[in-house]
Amino acid sequence: MATTSYRVERWTRQSRLFAVIIALVLMVLAIGPFIFSADITDRLTTLFVYVILAAMWNAMAGYAGLVSIGNQVFIGLGGYFLIRLSDAGVSLYPAVVLAALIVGLIALPVGELMLRLRGGEFAIGMWVLAELSHFLVNLDPVIQGETGTSLTALNAYPPVAARNDTYWVGFVLMVVLLAVVFALLRGRVGAGVQAIRDDEVAAASVGVKVHAGKRIMFVLAAIGCAAAGGVWLATTISFQPGTFFGIQWTAYMLFMALVGGLGTFEGPIIGAILFFIMESWFGATGVAYLIGLGVTALAFSLFLPRGIWGSVETRLGIRLLPVGFSLRLVNPDGGRDRD
Amino acid sequence: MNFLNQIIQGVLLGGFYALLACGLSFMFGVMRIINLAHGSLAILAAFLLMGFCNYTNLSPFIGLLLVLPVMALLGWALQFTVLDRSLRAGPLIPVLSTFGVAVILDNSMFEVYGANSQSLGPNIGNLAYNSWNLTNTISIAQLDALVFVTAVVVLGGLQIILRYTALGRTIRATASDPAVVDLIGVNARMVYAAAAAMAMVMIGLAGAFLAMRNSFDPYAGGPQLIFAFETIVIGGLGSLWGTLVGGIVLGVAQNIGATISPHGFLIAGHLTFLVVLVARTFGGRIAWRALLPKRAAS
Repeated sequence: MATTSYRVERWTRQSRLFAVIIALVLMVLAIGPFIFSADITDRLTTLFVYVILAAMWNAMAGYAGLVSIGNQVFIGLGGYFLIRLSDAGVSLYPAVVLAALIVGLIALPVGELMLRLRGGEFAIGMWVLAELSHFLVNLDPVIQGETGTSLTALNAYPPVAARNDTYWVGFVLMVVLLAVVFALLRGRVGAGVQAIRDDEVAAASVGVKVHAGKRIMFVLAAIGCAAAGGVWLATTISFQPGTFFGIQWTAYMLFMALVGGLGTFEGPIIGAILFFIMESWFGATGVAYLIGLGVTALAFSLFLPRGIWGSVETRLGIRLLPVGFSLRLVNPDGGRDRD
Repeated sequence: MNFLNQIIQGVLLGGFYALLACGLSFMFGVMRIINLAHGSLAILAAFLLMGFCNYTNLSPFIGLLLVLPVMALLGWALQFTVLDRSLRAGPLIPVLSTFGVAVILDNSMFEVYGANSQSLGPNIGNLAYNSWNLTNTISIAQLDALVFVTAVVVLGGLQIILRYTALGRTIRATASDPAVVDLIGVNARMVYAAAAAMAMVMIGLAGAFLAMRNSFDPYAGGPQLIFAFETIVIGGLGSLWGTLVGGIVLGVAQNIGATISPHGFLIAGHLTFLVVLVARTFGGRIAWRALLPKRAAS
């Protein structure tokens, strides 16, 4: 019997094939407005927003162990700064990005404070932050309290152009943010934050910079959620603080990330698509639909905490977009894989 | 004089917050769970009590004799269906699962009871509006005083139970190390179930007084969770009498805020919470001292 050697690989044949498929899907989506109807274009923009939100929530909860029930603070502030920037004369789509960056800047000192909280305390602490921001935004006379205001800059665009441009901005932001998450997870930061999620004390003891890792994920999520809030505002036009700072966003984000698969790259995307489909089928049933979301989220957290994709990954060993490494045992005689 | 009145009313409100928070604080102290369904469960108790009163035309205080045991049973059931499984699955899962419970409860109550605001104020007769007038500008509502006294009795009673009874000793031991008490023949799951039942009785009391003092609706649980959480953070997590102090600080801050602006009530409360957090974080003292198990159950 020959000695067994091993090979460490990141890209498998499977994941290379999948990367090609992804590239094709992205190419089709990139020219979406030319081939889809107006209705589909609108709905896909909504889906992009959901994918961004799910991926950002997962970046915090799934990778850095930061479960927040107040990420709507970033969505709301993203919308608010977009209103203020576009009122100040910044053209609409650059303002979406700029607003997101401003929220990221605010998240830096805020994160210093919130990241001292642990577990459930961090979760509610974030909600307090969302409520506080909600009331402070209400104090701004431009917003007119709960009545809200409209993104008047959109009136300058013909409806078709506004729909298509919002679609493209949403699409580009989604791709860029997912690419950033992907790149982060494959690098030193990714290994670090995944270690934090698994065991914070142990991670710190082997030299992982726990605080720095959490801070990166926190600020990234702030920027991403704010960008999603901006795109959302560009699709709905009216900014009502109660809706933008509402706790229902957390229910959606938690559902998407948890059902799709916390701590996997692909999971939240699958979760967002599932949520999108469920919303179009059952959204009209209102309260019953929300109860259904709650029951599903509870069931997954109790019985399938790894979510759909997490379970598929562990059972079948599939890695579509590899953020980790896999180890293959190789028999040097036959050169065949023995796994 | 008006300012003094605001402070006195704030202290009384603090009594309610302490009562509201002690279930959350106790559950955290024993099980290390922040129960995100806390506020929704208080509202559930309020609706159960309202159902009883409407059906029997009896006083809510008689209704409590039925509702509190029901809440205790619910706590017991919650432990064996949701909390126990969550606890074993790691630190993140309880946050996810109790949030799921909150979403289910809020929307189910909306489905059953509708969107209307309810109150038990009409069911308690004179107590709803009687007050003692200390001066021309300062008066103390009898209901507020009753809530404050109840909060002190509940906190004191909890302290006595934890310190001087066998159950209390078992709970304290389990809170400091569930794995070790298992080794010496204590069933940690049953202890947790007892703790959950006790917490739910406190939640039920808080819900009942909430329903008598204010109006409530199916989605009122969220704000109550936030108030309870702010109370225990301001007072120092895990400390029972700190809960009373935290409630009073929060209540006074909110009442002073309310005199400044219409939104001031909530903004001042949230800001006080953040200021305390900043002071703890950067004030040199290690906030997490307060989290040590032996203080958690004292």
